[in-house]
Amino acid sequence: MNFEFSEEQHLLRDQARAFLAECCPTDTVRAVLDSDNEWDHALWQRVAEMGWTATVIPEAYGGLGLSHYELAILAEEMGRSVAPLPFSSSVYLASEAILTFGSEGQKSEWLPKLASGECVGTVAMWERPGALALEQLATRRQGDSVSGVKSPVPDAGVADVVVVLAHSEAGLEACLVPMDQAGVQRQSVMTLDASRGHSILAFDNAQAEVLGHSTIEQCAWERLIDGAAVMFAWEQLGVAEAALIQARDYALQRFAFGRAIGSYQAIKHKLAAMYVKNTLARSNAYYGVWALAEKSDDLPLAAATARVAGIQAASFAAEENIQTHGGMGFTWEFDCHFYYRRAKLLSLVIGSEAVWQDRLVSGLTHKSAVAA
Amino acid sequence: MDFNDTPAEVRFREEAATWLSNNVPTDDAFWALTPLEQAKLWQKRKYDDGWACLGWAPEFGGRGASPIEEVIWRQEEAHYVLPTNFFLIGQGMIAPTLMAWATAEDKARYLRPLASGEEVWCQLFSEPAGGSDLAALRTRAESDGDDWIINGQKIWTSGAHYADYGVIVVRTDPTLPKHKGLSYFYIDMKAPGIEIKPIKQLTGDADFNEVYFTDVRVSDRQRLGEVGQGWQVALTTLMNERAAIGGGIGKMDVDLAISIAQGVELDGQPAIDNAAVRTRIADWHVQEAGLKYTGYRSLTALSRGALPGPENSIGKLVGAPKMQAMASFLMDLLGASGAITDEVLAVKAGIIQRAYMGAPGMRIAGGTDEIMANIIAERVLGLPQEPRLDKSIPFNEVPTS
Repeated sequence: MNFEFSEEQHLLRDQARAFLAECCPTDTVRAVLDSDNEWDHALWQRVAEMGWTATVIPEAYGGLGLSHYELAILAEEMGRSVAPLPFSSSVYLASEAILTFGSEGQKSEWLPKLASGECVGTVAMWERPGALALEQLATRRQGDSVSGVKSPVPDAGVADVVVVLAHSEAGLEACLVPMDQAGVQRQSVMTLDASRGHSILAFDNAQAEVLGHSTIEQCAWERLIDGAAVMFAWEQLGVAEAALIQARDYALQRFAFGRAIGSYQAIKHKLAAMYVKNTLARSNAYYGVWALAEKSDDLPLAAATARVAGIQAASFAAEENIQTHGGMGFTWEFDCHFYYRRAKLLSLVIGSEAVWQDRLVSGLTHKSAVAA
Repeated sequence: MDFNDTPAEVRFREEAATWLSNNVPTDDAFWALTPLEQAKLWQKRKYDDGWACLGWAPEFGGRGASPIEEVIWRQEEAHYVLPTNFFLIGQGMIAPTLMAWATAEDKARYLRPLASGEEVWCQLFSEPAGGSDLAALRTRAESDGDDWIINGQKIWTSGAHYADYGVIVVRTDPTLPKHKGLSYFYIDMKAPGIEIKPIKQLTGDADFNEVYFTDVRVSDRQRLGEVGQGWQVALTTLMNERAAIGGGIGKMDVDLAISIAQGVELDGQPAIDNAAVRTRIADWHVQEAGLKYTGYRSLTALSRGALPGPENSIGKLVGAPKMQAMASFLMDLLGASGAITDEVLAVKAGIIQRAYMGAPGMRIAGGTDEIMANIIAERVLGLPQEPRLDKSIPFNEVPTS
C-alpha cells in the first residue's frame, strides 16, 4: 500500500505553501477585491516563473511534464491562499482542453505560451441559468467564425485565448478563439467573488479555429471535466482547511462568559464536524488524483466523489467559520468572507453539487452493471 | 501512488493465505459447536501455529509482527466467516494493559492463555452513575489486610457471563478528587459474591450484563498500578478501545442501497432514478469511500513504519450515524414492507431492520457521537476542555443526581 505523495511531492507542497504565505497573504486577496483589478498580475508572473502553469504540460510543448499529483498539491495551496489568479481557468481547463483536443499545430502554438504564463487561457461553457446541457448550446460555429453569447466566463478579462464550446452542423466542438479581435465583445460582470474576474463574452463572427479540426464526443468533454473536477476538489480542500484553521484559531483566542469559546461543546462539535468533512474530502481527493494520474477507468466515479466531497467540505467550513466568528465574521474587515466567496464560486464553476451527485450515482450503477 | 503490497508484504500475505486455506475448519462438526466453542477452537488452532496475536512478543505467544502485517492478517482472515469477537476486548484492550502494568509473574501466567483463547477476559468499567463520565464510578474497594473487599455495581459488561477473568476500576478513597481515588484490579469472574444479570437491549438481544459485587474478596497482588493510580491504568485500556470497537458496520453499504433503490419504484419510476434518492446515495458514498481511503492512508503510514495520523478518529463518528440514516431511508423506500423483520419475508433477510435497531447502540458504545466529537476537538484540533466543576473537590462532596 502506497497511498501517499512522495517525498519530493511533499517538498513541493512545503515550498508552495511557504511561497504563497509570503507572496499571497490575505492582504493580496483583499487588494484585488477592493479594486477594479481582476487578478494580481505580478503574482501570476512569479507563479509562472516557478513553472506552476507548466506543471502537466509535456516538455515537447515547453512544459515540465510532471504529473497531476504535483498539480493537485499546487491546487490545494491555491485554495488555501484564495489566490486571486486565473490558475484553474488557464491550467485545469484551457491548457488541458488544448492538450486533449488540439491538433499538433494548435498545441505547438498555444501550449508553450500557456506553460510560460505569458498567455492566459479560459473556457467558455455557460450561456444561461440552469445546469449546462451540452446538446442545447446556442453558440454556433460556421466556417472560420463563431457567434453567440457566453456568460459568465471566468477570468476572461485577463485571458488571451478562450476555448469556446459551440455547435456546428457536424456537432459539438471546442473552438479556439483569440480574445484580441473585433469579433469578441467583453463586458465585466460582478460575481460574488470579485477576487476573480468574470465576464460576459459576445462573439459576433469571431475568428475561431476548431480544436483538432473535428467534433468532440460529449463523453470526451465530460472526461476532460472529470479531470478538472479532481483539481477543483483539491483547491476546495485548501479553502476548507484554511477556513477550519481560521475558525480554530479564533475559537482559542476569543473569550465569552469567562472562557475561550473553543471550550464550549457547541463550538467544539461544529469544528469537529468541519474536521470530519475535510478528512473525507482529503481522502476522496487522494483517490481522485490517483485515478486521474494513473488513467484509471474509475475516474468518472472517483472525480464525482472527490468533487461532491470538496464542495461539501468547503461550503460547510466557510459557512461555519463565519458563524464561529460571530458578528466580526460578518464584517468586510475580517477575512472570513474570502473563503465564503471562493467556496461558493468553486462549487458553481464546472457544475454544482446536485449535478455531481447525479454523476456519482451514475458511476456507481455503471460499476455495478459492469461487475454483474 | 499505488495500492500494491511491498515484496515482503506479498510474501507475508501469501503465507497467511496459504495457512488459512489449509486450516480454516470446514467440517460439519465444527459448525455444530456453540459460537464460543467455535471461537475457542479456532483461536487455539491459530495460536498453536503462531497466527494468534501476531504483534505480541514471542514470549507472550505472538510473533512480534509489524502493525502492517497484523492488518494483512486481519484482511486475509476476514475472507472467511469465523467467530473472533469473543477475544476482542481481552486481546485488544486488556492485554496491552497487562503488558504495561502487570508483574512479570502475572504476564507469564495470563497472557499466553489469553492469546490461545483458553481464557476469556471482560472489562468492568461503566456504572449506572458513570457512562461518558467514567471517573464518576462508585463501586468501592476497602482494604482488609492483604485483601480488598469490593461492593457495588458495574453495567454494560460484554461477555461477563462467559469470561474467566475481568479487569475492574474501583474507588479506594472517596475523600480524594474523583480521578485520584481510583485503583485498578484484575479479578476472577467466578469469585464468590459476583452476580451477573443479562441486560435485554431494545433489539431483544442480550449482549451486555449488569455485574453486582457483594463483599467480593480480591488479593492486593491483583492490583495493577499503585493505589490511587487506577485512572492512569484505565486510560491504557481505553486508548486501545477504538481499535476494538466499531468494526461491525456489517453489510449496510452503498451497494445495498443501490440494489434496494433499483428494485422498488417511486412515482412510477425505479427509485434509483429519483433525484432525492440519488442525492442521499451520493452523500453516503462520499462518506463510505472517504472512510475507506482514509484507511488506505493509515495503512500506508503503517507500511512505512510510521504512526498513522489522527484521521482515523472519524471512523465511528461517520460510520454509526450513516448506518442509522441509511437503514431508515432504505426502509422508507420499501414502504410499509420496510417494517417487516421476519428473516424469511423481509427484503435482504431483515438486515436493514437489524441495522436500524442496532445503530443507536453503535452511536453510544465506546464513546458517544458527542464524546467522539469532543475527542477530535480536543486532541486533534487542540481546543480546551470544558471546565469541570468536580475536578478538584473530594469525590464524596460532589453533587449527584
